[in-house]
Amino acid sequence: MAYSFRGGIHPGTHADPGYKSATNTKPIEKLALPDEVILPVSMHIGAPAKPIVSVGDTVDLGQPIAEAGGFVSAPVHATVSGKVKAIEPRLHPNGSKVLSIVIENDGEDRKHESVHPYDFASMSNEERIECIRSAGIVGHGGATFPTHVKIQSGIGKCDTVIINAAECEPYITSDHRLLLERPEETIGGLKMLADIMGVQTAIIAIEENKKDTFAKIEELIADDPRLKLYPLTCKYPQGAEKQLINACTGREVPSGKLPADAGCAVFNVDTAGAVYRRFTTGMPVIRRIVTISGSAVAEPKNLEARIGTPIEKLIDACGGFKEAPNKLLAGGPMMGNAQFSLDAPVVKGTNAFLAFAGNEDKRVKDPQCIRCGKCINACPMHLLPIYMNVYGKQEDLDNAVDCGMMDCIECGSCAYVCPARIPLVAQFRLTKGKIQAKRAAERAKAEAEKKKAEAEAAAKAEAEKPAENK
Amino acid sequence: MAYDLSKVVVTSSPHIKADDDTRSLMLDVLIALVPALAVAVYTFGARALIHVVIAMVASLVFETIYNKIVHHPNTVGDLSCLVTGVLIAFNIPVAAPLWLSAFGALFGIIVVKMLFGGIGKNFMNPALGARAFMMASWAGFMTTWTAPHANLPLFGNVTVTDAISTATPLATLKTGAVPADTGLLEMLLGQTGGVIGETSALALLAGGVYLLWRKVITINIPAAYILTVAVITFLFPLSGDVSRVQWMLSQVLSGGLMLGAIFMATDYVTSPVTPKGQIIFGVGCGLLTVFIRYFGGLPEGVSYSILIMNTLVWAIDKKTHPRKFGYQLDKAKKEAQ
Repeated sequence: MAYSFRGGIHPGTHADPGYKSATNTKPIEKLALPDEVILPVSMHIGAPAKPIVSVGDTVDLGQPIAEAGGFVSAPVHATVSGKVKAIEPRLHPNGSKVLSIVIENDGEDRKHESVHPYDFASMSNEERIECIRSAGIVGHGGATFPTHVKIQSGIGKCDTVIINAAECEPYITSDHRLLLERPEETIGGLKMLADIMGVQTAIIAIEENKKDTFAKIEELIADDPRLKLYPLTCKYPQGAEKQLINACTGREVPSGKLPADAGCAVFNVDTAGAVYRRFTTGMPVIRRIVTISGSAVAEPKNLEARIGTPIEKLIDACGGFKEAPNKLLAGGPMMGNAQFSLDAPVVKGTNAFLAFAGNEDKRVKDPQCIRCGKCINACPMHLLPIYMNVYGKQEDLDNAVDCGMMDCIECGSCAYVCPARIPLVAQFRLTKGKIQAKRAAERAKAEAEKKKAEAEAAAKAEAEKPAENK
Repeated sequence: MAYDLSKVVVTSSPHIKADDDTRSLMLDVLIALVPALAVAVYTFGARALIHVVIAMVASLVFETIYNKIVHHPNTVGDLSCLVTGVLIAFNIPVAAPLWLSAFGALFGIIVVKMLFGGIGKNFMNPALGARAFMMASWAGFMTTWTAPHANLPLFGNVTVTDAISTATPLATLKTGAVPADTGLLEMLLGQTGGVIGETSALALLAGGVYLLWRKVITINIPAAYILTVAVITFLFPLSGDVSRVQWMLSQVLSGGLMLGAIFMATDYVTSPVTPKGQIIFGVGCGLLTVFIRYFGGLPEGVSYSILIMNTLVWAIDKKTHPRKFGYQLDKAKKEAQ
């Protein structure tokens, strides 16, 4: 039996579910080293890293070049050996300019002295977590939450570790290929994560469209009774953290809480792989697998690229565009970021880069809701997108919250099924911003009133004192 | 390599959409109405088809004219006006004058739909609103029933000699008896008197199955509606002469119940969107239908019960929010206390 959740959608066609056929049989290809890499100090959620090298410094492969800027943060490492050419704001796939360390590649790929294997078994848990932290490992699924924070905040609270191998975003096959070609890395990483977190249940959850990976994985997990393989129904957003936990354990992460509050810690396929590589080779995060696909790409591929490689180099390696692209996306088509340039680099969370030739998002002018309710059946959070849209437009923020606005995970299922083609998610983002602004204003107002009341009380007490004395 | 990025647009996610749009959904509804139309033409002759065509063309023309007047882009491309047209004609007895179809379209499209803002904004079903209006204005035309295969003139007005007038099964049921000459099979196949589109329960069910298969509608409303009628009429038969089952089946298969439950009560715009709300809506329609059939002045209550429930949709939706993911029931209750 396959595990699943209520709601969701089935993107793709009958012949090509999930639009994955362009790349799911293509082995991972190593991309030639680029002439320069652009390494933004912010490739994770949390405080940006602080550069610890200067322009003109010579750096080695795997050398830390920026240190974590706080607890929720991650360091950045050189992904080629060479000379620091510039430390300046450069275009990031999120669309803004972010301080980046640009390294000119000397082509030697000289390893830094700090890169050496660790003896996992003899290390204490603190040492292990520090080892993961100093490797700059973050969630490789796209959300890029620092892994050491997830581990530390989950120890004692979690009884289950889940590897998220759903890869439910259409077109993307990077995790699929990793599971097929290098399953020992992910499973090895899962065992280490289970050890560190001290759990008795470690699940690897894979969507059924990747059945070709099951046999090898079952073989690899056979020796460890903690490890289980859960097949998942092919459905988007099966890989959304909350939906995945619900599918695997039946638990619901309470609104506004973290997976740890449901006793689960979820890690991506390549995050577990990065943990395994860190302990067995010592190498921090320097590369990732990127699926290049979409109707405008001449030859879709799965590429292994050094982090910091400009996206343009990946497009070059795929034979360029066969048609002028209409849409460029970093990430999947459901939650990815639209790009206007190919200058941005591959960052730690870049699982795919897509280029569409046609009008795949089928925009229309002046869409009219026909109240079909398809959005409600599609919503994996069981919200009311139709009314969230109505109230959002009217700026009736209280009712919008009541319909679930702040619980929306922006997965795009509602907008995907909407026959009227209403840009629901865009509307929700706007409204969420307004709600957050309103809440902040209310907090500030309450704070000010409290201060005022305190000051008045103090003044009153002052005034009454002499009266008592008289 | 330098690439041509001049066509690139930047928008908010998601960047892909399903193929279904309003037009394809409405086309599916039109396809689902074909079996009932075929039975109507077989039963009542080509005049039934002429009614349908007139109502469809009139709906198209009136919506176009309205959009011209108010300087809106024309909205007929979504095909919803054609669905309204077919349903208006389906609600008229075949012997009625042909202009009545056009007039129904005028009222349904202009007054009920467009004046409220067009598709998605009207609070009652345009076809049923038009039917209620025609019932009030031309009660005679709207209740002149013709026996099947009566050979009516194609275009001209129907004279008394043309029409072999007949009682509908519902009128007989109203008197507390099961119709003697119309068996359940005739009702199933539509060989009875009635408005153009309602007579064949089987053809309408076939259309309903198609809509369910294409996921155009969910089963909530039709199932709740029909089951409610079935249960109530089974529990409280008016006639002691026949078995409860026969009484129940006669009630379920006669009149506009199938047409109403499958095609009118499921109208997106005027029905609830929450699953729980849809069930409440269907049960409410069913209760009102039986109530009007048993105690009302008219033999049929389907159209008025749906219209009454239409006005409650906003309130029903508001009271039937589904439990959001991550909100436990007991916790929600605790918070409420």
